Amino acid sequence: MSKTESKTRVLVAKPGLDGHDRGALVLCRAFRDAGAEVIYTGLLATPDQVAQTAIDEDVDVVMLSLLNGAHMVAFPRVVKLLMEKGAGDILVFGGGIIPEEDKPHLEKEGVLGNWGPGTPLDLIIETVFNKVKERRHGTKQAKKGR
Amino acid sequence: MGMDLVERLLNGDRRALGKLMTLVDDGAPEGREAIIKLFPKTGSAHIVGITGAPGVGKSSLINAITTKLREKGKTVGIVAVDPTSPFSGGALLGDRIRMQDHFTDEGVFIRSLASRGSVGGLSKSVNNVIRLLDAFGRDLIIVETVGAGQAEVDIVKVAHTVIVILSPGYGDVIQMLKAGIIEIGDMFVINKSDLEGAHRAFEGLMSVLELSQQREGWKPPIIETIATAQKGITELVETIERHREYLEKTKLLNVRESKRVENELINLVNERVYEKIKEGSAGEGENLKTIVSKVVSKQLDPYSAAEKIISALG
Repeated sequence: MSKTESKTRVLVAKPGLDGHDRGALVLCRAFRDAGAEVIYTGLLATPDQVAQTAIDEDVDVVMLSLLNGAHMVAFPRVVKLLMEKGAGDILVFGGGIIPEEDKPHLEKEGVLGNWGPGTPLDLIIETVFNKVKERRHGTKQAKKGR
Repeated sequence: MGMDLVERLLNGDRRALGKLMTLVDDGAPEGREAIIKLFPKTGSAHIVGITGAPGVGKSSLINAITTKLREKGKTVGIVAVDPTSPFSGGALLGDRIRMQDHFTDEGVFIRSLASRGSVGGLSKSVNNVIRLLDAFGRDLIIVETVGAGQAEVDIVKVAHTVIVILSPGYGDVIQMLKAGIIEIGDMFVINKSDLEGAHRAFEGLMSVLELSQQREGWKPPIIETIATAQKGITELVETIERHREYLEKTKLLNVRESKRVENELINLVNERVYEKIKEGSAGEGENLKTIVSKVVSKQLDPYSAAEKIISALG
């Protein structure tokens, strides 16, 4: 049966008032070069816009990036919106300027990663791809068990 | 499982629509089944193709057109295709950025697709993704091509109405003529018409259009726009509607649909044949491998080999 391998679809988003996007674009390119299909929301996207985009584009993972300190509110908001809209299976990773003491709260709210500037791209991409594989494999197992 | 998604789609569930799009994009069996189930519910949407060189403003124009259509109470589906990198197999799908105004509008659904190796400006899955949006109930479905400019002929086989976008300073109109793009447009848009050279582009295009044959009795108009300022958009949308009416009145819609379907069927048949050859035998206990080695060792010539394979297909 002819079938293209299932590509990893990634949404890179900056959910808030943050006008710096070089980091986000570097991430976009890195994921593309690693074989993923990457969608970028552009600057000034609201958490609601990010969540709806993730659903319509049926992405495997959302990469949230903020440098303005609003991550504690914005990141969990995206996770919550995804769950409310029936898309809790979409993985959410955070990155940007995130102080160590904020990480436990973010993780508790379902935001993975929480990487600061200078985190090697290879590490980010590998972690994300592995998590996606795990998630997909898990779904297959669940279906088999039915 | 695929059936639940179909029911959910028909009930207006966007998550189901998004998931089904992935299934058809991946060529999954559930995707195929879903299309078979949904097929009778397709056929009412007006499919509009937007093509033109990179940077002329396709995405911004789609954004502006969508705003106008929404004002008129129409629902819109948008399929934006970007190229897959031949090196990494990945893609940067960036058309959406210009359409941020519509991200949370219930009446708009945007999907970004990667070309995944297709070379005609679209993707293999585009017809099926369009069908899903059609079954979902969208009044108009706008398809944006990759935008390499030339050789983007696939859009003609997919859309009812094709809009070609040009921008001043993007090279001679004669270049466009050479690329064959003049022949595929049902209407032409000169975007960024506030820039220098817009008038020249208009005149140049006008003279070229006057020389070329009228397509099926429709005279393709030229419309000047500034997409980012919502200028010229009312006229453009009215022209799109006029073209649709024209196609219906002259029954040309039927002719175009037939061409669309024929093209798709041929592609599907080719695909199926290829699959069967790879999986199966070629008769008399032979398979592709043995036939290939016979040709390599000159026991069989390529043409006879091909006939052998075809006659064994059954």
